[in-house]
Amino acid sequence: MHQRKRSHTTRLDARLPGRLTSLTTAADSRADTFPKLLARNARVRPTRTAFRHKDLGIWQSWTWGEVHDIVRAYACGLQALGLKRGGKIAIIGYNRPYLYWSICAAQWLGAIPIPVYADSVAEEMAYVLAHAEVTHAAVQDQEQVDKILSVSDQLPQLEHVLYDEPKGLRDYDHSRLHSIASVVEEGRARLADAQEAAAIDQVMQDGKGADLAIILYTSGTTGRPKGVMLTSDAVIAAAEIGCDFDKLDETDEIIAYLPIAWVGDHIFSYAQAILSGLCVNCPESPETVAEDRREIGATYVFAPPRVFESMLTLTMVRIEDAGALKRRMFHFFIQHANKVGEKILNGEPGIGAWDRLLWQVGNVLVYAPLRNRFGMTRVKVGYTAGEAIGPEIFRFYRSIGVNLKQLYGQTEASVYITMQPNGEIRADTVGRPAPQVEIRIADNGEVLYRSPGIFVGYYKDDEKTAETKTPDGFVHSGDAGFFDQNGHLKIIDRAKDVGRMRDGALFPPKYVENKLKFYPNIKEAVCFGDGRDYVAAFINIDLVAVSNWAERNGVTYASYQELAGHPLVYDMIEKHVDEVNRSLASEPRMGGAQIKRFLILHKELDADDGELTRTQKVRRGFIADRYAPLIDALYDGSPEADISTEVTFEDGRKGVISARVKIRDMKVYPTTESGSVLEAAE
Amino acid sequence: MRAPDHPVMGKGDVLLAVDNVSLGFGGVKALTDVSFDIRKSEIRAIIGPNGAGKTSMLNCINGFYYPTEGRITFKGVKRPKMRPYEAARGGIARTFQNVALFKSMSTLDNIMAGRSIKMHSNFFWQLFRHGPAMKEEVEHRRFVEEIIDFLEIQHIRKVPVGRLPYGLQKRVELGRALAMEPELLLLDEPMAGMNLEEKEDMSRFILEVNQQYGTTIALIEHDMGVVMDLSDRVVVLEYGRKIADGTPSEVKSDQRVIDAYLGVAH
Repeated sequence: MHQRKRSHTTRLDARLPGRLTSLTTAADSRADTFPKLLARNARVRPTRTAFRHKDLGIWQSWTWGEVHDIVRAYACGLQALGLKRGGKIAIIGYNRPYLYWSICAAQWLGAIPIPVYADSVAEEMAYVLAHAEVTHAAVQDQEQVDKILSVSDQLPQLEHVLYDEPKGLRDYDHSRLHSIASVVEEGRARLADAQEAAAIDQVMQDGKGADLAIILYTSGTTGRPKGVMLTSDAVIAAAEIGCDFDKLDETDEIIAYLPIAWVGDHIFSYAQAILSGLCVNCPESPETVAEDRREIGATYVFAPPRVFESMLTLTMVRIEDAGALKRRMFHFFIQHANKVGEKILNGEPGIGAWDRLLWQVGNVLVYAPLRNRFGMTRVKVGYTAGEAIGPEIFRFYRSIGVNLKQLYGQTEASVYITMQPNGEIRADTVGRPAPQVEIRIADNGEVLYRSPGIFVGYYKDDEKTAETKTPDGFVHSGDAGFFDQNGHLKIIDRAKDVGRMRDGALFPPKYVENKLKFYPNIKEAVCFGDGRDYVAAFINIDLVAVSNWAERNGVTYASYQELAGHPLVYDMIEKHVDEVNRSLASEPRMGGAQIKRFLILHKELDADDGELTRTQKVRRGFIADRYAPLIDALYDGSPEADISTEVTFEDGRKGVISARVKIRDMKVYPTTESGSVLEAAE
Repeated sequence: MRAPDHPVMGKGDVLLAVDNVSLGFGGVKALTDVSFDIRKSEIRAIIGPNGAGKTSMLNCINGFYYPTEGRITFKGVKRPKMRPYEAARGGIARTFQNVALFKSMSTLDNIMAGRSIKMHSNFFWQLFRHGPAMKEEVEHRRFVEEIIDFLEIQHIRKVPVGRLPYGLQKRVELGRALAMEPELLLLDEPMAGMNLEEKEDMSRFILEVNQQYGTTIALIEHDMGVVMDLSDRVVVLEYGRKIADGTPSEVKSDQRVIDAYLGVAH
């Protein structure tokens, strides 16, 4: 749940002259809940498009007026099914308008929506649903219905399951199963009665900003997920910070494709959408996001680094297949963008007229078409989230004119902790404290913050809440970091993960892993070193990049496993590790964290096997147990090791993969206090 | 000549009956005296070792081959000698063992092509894509989009099928066959060359087509697990002759089938 987000900003202010209609936002003091804000939108901008969903190949749209009517009827239908103030309803599925409306309809009644990660396997889901004591569930389709039914014996409190897509569900027992459409219809029928209509509106008016708006279960890098309780006041206040900072208004478009259970999506695609009246676009399916993004031309983009990484990797792979002329043109202008693009974007002085002209030519020939490909032609601000982004990747997008920024946030803060103001954007820091956010650094380096968006507590876990919140209202972020001389926060790792090696040298695993992951050929890396003599690493190759490389270099292989174990692949990765070691040697206090031995894993780390969290973050402890024989081999000097691991298929069945994995030794560089020499040598 | 085995009668009328069919190419006999039936709304599997005549049988059913002896009755009418397109018009659609799609056309266009049999506006209007032709195309596009949604292939709607992996091509081919709204759907090894996950997806689609639209399905498949799970009844061929016919469990315990698949000691 700690997300670091970064964004690209371009000359935002220059592009939007006079659009200073300071956002109405929650200025309406009575609109202190989302249903009230929705009612306001229906009043203020009834005919503006609120939601779009691509269905049967066509963008279907709904105006704020229509959404209000649907949510109101839906709330009434849910009430008839027994959902009431304080009740809990699980929301499970891919980003669909009706699931967002389920959240709003529940809030209308004062019930608490609990979004759950749609790709969780049944047992994970059962834990959250049971812990949250949900009585209702609104889900997307047959897949989710099946999952819930398969664990229904663990969920005695669950009364009704609602679904959006009827496909495949025709022959199911419908005594506790309802289509959302039928619930809305039922609500509409009831609303024909004036008394009933007045009653449902009164229920909405009874809601208060201090009431719980939502419980977001964090994906849990360690242990069981925790339910973060957020009030309407907190979510609205946090959403307002972002809306004001980036001047979002009803003309903005966002594409909703990140898990709805993730705080980022909740703030961006739900809270900020309703607050500022911007339009939420739901893609047709997870596979069509890239194309749908292009069609919509989102103005406000949010993505974890891996999305930006894979777009860039794909572009680089494709350009190698292009004709010689195109390829040379691409490389020439990208090089030029590298040199001046970011400075132009930042509005820095001292760029020659010729360089500017050349950038403009590049813009016509390369940058604009690229932005169009990425679906970022109209982006006024983009953020990356969740993890650190590679500086090269970050700079690439900025240099071609995409205003990408980073910010640092957490579920417990309703996202915003630090942000990067225009003109102060750097790849290696996460920016200044966001407006209204106070930050202090504890003695052990941990970042603590206080903001209007902070959470009430963890659901049914007072002990953890007390551990996390200080008496004076600060929250322990769990991340270690420091402010640099410019007042920008730099995060190095999880506070508890920063280890020490046997000789006392500092070992921040994520810092080293991120350096590795910035190479397109490396998809994931896990480093060990705490309490050890030296640092050793597991590496996952990136199949797209490496298979392409293999094709070009005549390397044949039949499976992922074979490719991962190929000596030439090892040679290539070895070069990357060597570069990382040189870079670490050049940094103060990091020289001890150089990688002495590494291996390439025979399978991809996968959330279904519990190796990654649902937000694709490495679960170090779990991996250490699961691959214990490999770790032993890394530290006992053996040249290879045998391993067999259980894998879980998507339907929950299990199989076993076994392999013999080779280990490589690396050269370690002497630590230099002044790293400039080595850096220059690269 | 041996009298045909009489399988246990189930519910549903006989949609298609194959009576004493033989097929020869010169001296080679591909099929010898095969009889069985396919009933409305069932999933009927045709299995057998390589070269047993399974594909020849499907070719006879959809009019690609004409049996040298015996007769085929479809919907109670004995079929005259006919061409595949006539069979298609009669409501028989099929997919092929080695995917037969228009490689350079998009997924959407391939499936729309399957729909052409349902289009009625005349050449003139179609040429200009106006008036009745436009209206018709909108209707058909909607139907095709429903198939795309059903088969979960939205992301490849506009991709030329030649660029797609095999598993997806198979899915597109199924989509094209479905676009005809067939009464009888013939699937020739729908899961050949697929991995477990793709097979499961395909099985789900086949079951759903059968249950949701009541389409009768005859399929050839080598994966015994799939056959046993999916089909209502199974007919087993060996060297062009029928050696067993019945429910999956009956067929599985039939000594002749076991011999055919595992070999016999001589």
